Amino acid sequence: MDGSRIIERLRERFATAIVETGSQWRDHTAVVDRAAVREALEFCKTNPELSFDMLTDLTAVDYLKFPGREDRPRFEVVYHLYSLPHNHRVRLKVGVEEDDAVVPTAVGLWPIANWFEREVWDMFGIRFDGHPNLRRLLMYEEFEGHPLRKDYPINRRQPLIGPRN
Amino acid sequence: MGLGAFFATKLDEAIGWARKYSIFQYPFVTACCGMEYMATACSHYDIDRFGAGLTRFSPRQADVLFVVGTISHKMAPVLKRVYDQMCEPKWVVAFGVCTCTGGFYDNYATVMGIDTIIPVDVYIPGCPPRPESVIDGLMKLQDRIAAGAQRY
Repeated sequence: MDGSRIIERLRERFATAIVETGSQWRDHTAVVDRAAVREALEFCKTNPELSFDMLTDLTAVDYLKFPGREDRPRFEVVYHLYSLPHNHRVRLKVGVEEDDAVVPTAVGLWPIANWFEREVWDMFGIRFDGHPNLRRLLMYEEFEGHPLRKDYPINRRQPLIGPRN
Repeated sequence: MGLGAFFATKLDEAIGWARKYSIFQYPFVTACCGMEYMATACSHYDIDRFGAGLTRFSPRQADVLFVVGTISHKMAPVLKRVYDQMCEPKWVVAFGVCTCTGGFYDNYATVMGIDTIIPVDVYIPGCPPRPESVIDGLMKLQDRIAAGAQRY
């Protein structure tokens, strides 16, 4: 299905919960309200016309001090979906505020979301509600903070052994 | 110099000569430098010519620790443990700029040179170093071994 029609389907189904849509180079994106994201993902997966059976990527972006986004949420969680039967793709985004950085988990829909969400928690400190095992994935247990947040000092190191800076 | 001292020096020389041609390495390969290490070890460049052809995959059987590739803070305790497990005498080679200084990584994850954790005998810079510079480093290590440079 063409990308613009996928967006249309999402708009038909979720109406105002689709906050914003856009496309660049035929990559179609829908920004979904956080309250509807769980349903939207499930719709994307189970609707026979869409049947996005593959979560190719789940990540986040920190827009701290990003020009032109001062009044928008600090983080965005990004879902890249792909459908093997239909060979089409879509990108969903969810805005997440810093003081309420929680998103419902997608583990029940795509098991791969388990490690993706652990990575996002590790790197950005965004929690996933309902995740079965939300521990750090890449950094060690002793690590404090979330290194891919823009306010994490670029030179700050937390060595397990050896000199500290 | 007495006769006893004369023989003791000659014995040290003989041991040094023997050791420098029987380098059993432990390659601690973590990153892309490993490809260059393999290229050096294989028949085109052939480090067996220098008696360093037999890699041991147990630190307890190795003389030289080749640290090949970026070491992260998460990996640092493992590297220290491997070094501690090696029998003396032992030497360490830092292979590539990441192990020498951290290289172009200046971030939360990377150790700024393995000499902040374990002592290093020979530094081979390069990103990655060419096999020629690896062999140069290996020959410098041989000189050190022959001269009896050891850490206990």
